[in-house]
Amino acid sequence: MRNCRTPLEPLVEEARKLAGGRQDAFREHIVQSIYHTAEQIAAGSVIRETGGRIDWDRKIDNILTSPVWGFPIMFGLLAVVFWITITGANYPSDLLAEGLFWVEARLTALFVAFNAPDWLHGFLVLGVYRGVAWVVSVMLPPMAIFFPLFTLLEDAGYLPRVAFNLDGLFKKAGAHGKQALTMSMGFGCNAAGIIACRIIDSHRERLVATLTNVFVPCNGRFPALIALAAIFTGGAVAASLSSLATTLAVSGLVVLGIVLTLLVSWLLSQTLLKGIPSSFTLELPPYRKPQVGRVIVRSVLDRTIFVLARAMIIAAPAGGIIWVLANITVGDASMLTLMAGWLDPLAWHMGLDGFILLAFILGLPANEIVLPVLIMSYVSGGALMELNSLADLRHLLVEGHGWTWLTALCTMLFFLCHWPCGTTLYTIRKEQNSWRWTMAAALIPTVVGIGLCMTVNYLVRGLGLV
Amino acid sequence: MLGVIYLMGLTSQSTGISVNREQFNFPTAGNQPVIALAGNPNTGKSTLFNALTGLRQHTGNWPGKTVLQARGSFSHDGCRYSLVDLPGAYSLLAVSVEEQVARDFICFARPDAVIVVVDATCLERNLSLVLQVMEITERVVVCVNLIDEARRKNINIDAHKLSTALGLPVVATAARSGEGLNRLLDVVARVVHGKLKPEPKRVQYPAEIETAVSLLEAKLKGVWDGELNTRWVALRLLEGDINMVEFLAGDRDKGKIVAVREVLA
Repeated sequence: MRNCRTPLEPLVEEARKLAGGRQDAFREHIVQSIYHTAEQIAAGSVIRETGGRIDWDRKIDNILTSPVWGFPIMFGLLAVVFWITITGANYPSDLLAEGLFWVEARLTALFVAFNAPDWLHGFLVLGVYRGVAWVVSVMLPPMAIFFPLFTLLEDAGYLPRVAFNLDGLFKKAGAHGKQALTMSMGFGCNAAGIIACRIIDSHRERLVATLTNVFVPCNGRFPALIALAAIFTGGAVAASLSSLATTLAVSGLVVLGIVLTLLVSWLLSQTLLKGIPSSFTLELPPYRKPQVGRVIVRSVLDRTIFVLARAMIIAAPAGGIIWVLANITVGDASMLTLMAGWLDPLAWHMGLDGFILLAFILGLPANEIVLPVLIMSYVSGGALMELNSLADLRHLLVEGHGWTWLTALCTMLFFLCHWPCGTTLYTIRKEQNSWRWTMAAALIPTVVGIGLCMTVNYLVRGLGLV
Repeated sequence: MLGVIYLMGLTSQSTGISVNREQFNFPTAGNQPVIALAGNPNTGKSTLFNALTGLRQHTGNWPGKTVLQARGSFSHDGCRYSLVDLPGAYSLLAVSVEEQVARDFICFARPDAVIVVVDATCLERNLSLVLQVMEITERVVVCVNLIDEARRKNINIDAHKLSTALGLPVVATAARSGEGLNRLLDVVARVVHGKLKPEPKRVQYPAEIETAVSLLEAKLKGVWDGELNTRWVALRLLEGDINMVEFLAGDRDKGKIVAVREVLA
C-alpha cells in the first residue's frame, strides 16, 4: 500500500470548514444543478414530433402487469414455453437415442473384433459411452428448445414485468423484489442465478435470494422432470392429451417451486435473517423486438453446448464409476447394490428407493446426470438392455423396479428440492465467502425436500391411494 | 457467462490513491489504450460491447444485467484497444455497488476514453450521468444509442446541438444493427490519440459552492495534479462524500469500499 504524497486530513478538514456543516445542502444543490443542466440540454436537442401515436409499451404493460391479468398471463406463458419444449423435444430425442445406441452397437462390434477384454468394453462402452449418450439424448432436445424460448422472453423485456408482478409477494415474504429476477435466472442455471443475486444491494436480502435460488428447477433438472412427468402423467391419459398433462405437471412443479421460494424466504426473514425488505426502483424497459436469429444461434451455441459439455464431462467419469461400482462385488452383491441397501431405509420413508437416493448423491457434481446414473445403476445390476425410448424407460422403472406414480412424484419432488449441484455450491461459497452459508444453502432445500417427500408418501399410503 | 467476465481486483492495495490499471486486472502487455463503456442500465452497453469486440457477453433486456465488468478488445484502423463494459449506473454518486464500481474505474483506472452510452428515447434522464463523467475526465465520447427506437417513437435528436451544449463529441448509433459504430470508433480513436480534444462544458453550481470549490481546488492542485480531477475531488470533499473522504484520508477499512470488496471478492 503506497502512502499518499501529502497528508490529506488537513484538506478534508478544510473542506468541512468551507461547507460549514452544510454538506447535505451542498450535495443537494450539486445534484439539483446536474439535473437542471441535463434538463436544459435535453430540451435544446430533442425534438419530439407530436402525432397521434399510440404508446404501445404502456398499453401492453397495462395488461401484462395488471392486477387481474398479470398472473394468469405469466403462468400461461410459462405453460406455453413448457408445452413447446415438451412437444418439440419428443421426436428429436427418440431420433438421437436411436442414433447414439446404433453407434454403441457398432462400438461393441469393434471391441469384439479386436478381442478386447470384457472389462474394458464394459467400462468404456457400457459405462462411459452409455452415460454420455443418455445425457445427450435426454437433455439436448429440451434444452435446445427451452433456452432460446426463455432468452426470447428475456430479450423482449418480459423479465422485469415478472419482477413487477411478483414484487408484492416477495415483499410480503420479507425479501427483495429483485429476487424475482434472480429467481428467473435460476430457471436457466442456479449458479447463474446466484451470481445475479449481486443486483441486490442489501446483504440480508441477497442471502435470502441466494439460499432460496435452488428451489426453482434449473435446466439440468428440467429434462429429468419432463421425462418423468411424460412417463407417469402423460402416460396415464389419452395420447392426444399426454403433452398437455405433462405440461401441467411440470408447470405445477415450477409453481410449487416458486411457492416454496416465497415460503422459505419468509421463514428465513422471520428467523435467521431478520429484517424488513428495502425498497427499490425498478425500471420497466421498453419492449424490444427480440433478435430472433441471434438469440437462437447464441443460446444454442453458448448456453446449450456449454451446459451439455459440462454435463458430458461429468457424465463420462460418472458412467465409468457406476460401471465399476456395479461390477465390483463384495460377497455376492455389487458395491452399488450394497450402497443402495444402506440408503434403503431412509429412502423408503421418502417414497423412493435406495438407488434413487444414491443417484441423487452421485449426481452432486451436476443434476443432469442424476437420471442417467439411476438408469445405469438399475440397468447394470441385471440384464443389460438398451433404452431407446421413454416407453422402454417406463418399462424399466415400472416392471423392473416396481415404481408407482407415487415413486415418480416423490422423485420429482426431490428433484425440485435437494442440495444444489457442485457448481452452484462452489458459486455460493465464492459469492458469500462463507462455508456456513454454503452449508445452509445445501441443508435448507434438502430438509425441505425430505420433509415434503415424507409427508406426501405417508399421506398417499395412509389414504390407501397406491 | 463464458469466461469474459473478469473480477475487478479491488483489494486492500487498490484502494490507495496510486491505484493503477494493473490493480483493475489489466494486463500490462502491449500497452493497449483502454476504453470504458459507461451508461445507465439497459441502454445497450453490452450489445455495443459485443458488437465491437465480437465477444458474446450475455445480453438481456433488463436493467442491472451486467453486474461485473466484462473486458474485451477490438481493432480499429490497425490499432488494438481494450474495452471494458462497466455495470449500468444512473449516477456516479456511488449509492449502489454498480455506481461505485463504475465510478472507481473511471476515476482510478483512468481509461484513455470513456464512451457514455445514452438512451436516445430518454435523453434527459441519461444526460446526468454524462455530466458527472465529464467532471472526472474530459476524454468522453457520447454515444446516443437506440436511435432506431427513438426514430420509431418520432423522437429526433439533434446531435450537433447536443455536442455543442456538452462540449463533447456525440455519435448516434443503433448497436443492434451496427448503425453508426464505425463513426463512433473513428471519433473514439481520435480522442484516444489526442487528435480530438473534447472541451466539456462543465456544470456550474451556485456561487457559494463555486467559491468554495475554487478555494479548495487551489490547495488540491499541488497534491494530485494530473492524477485526479481536482475540481471533482473538491466537490466530493465539499459534499462530504463519505467514501471519498475516508478514501482520501487513508481510512481504507471503512465505508462502501469494504462492501465492494465483499461483493466482488
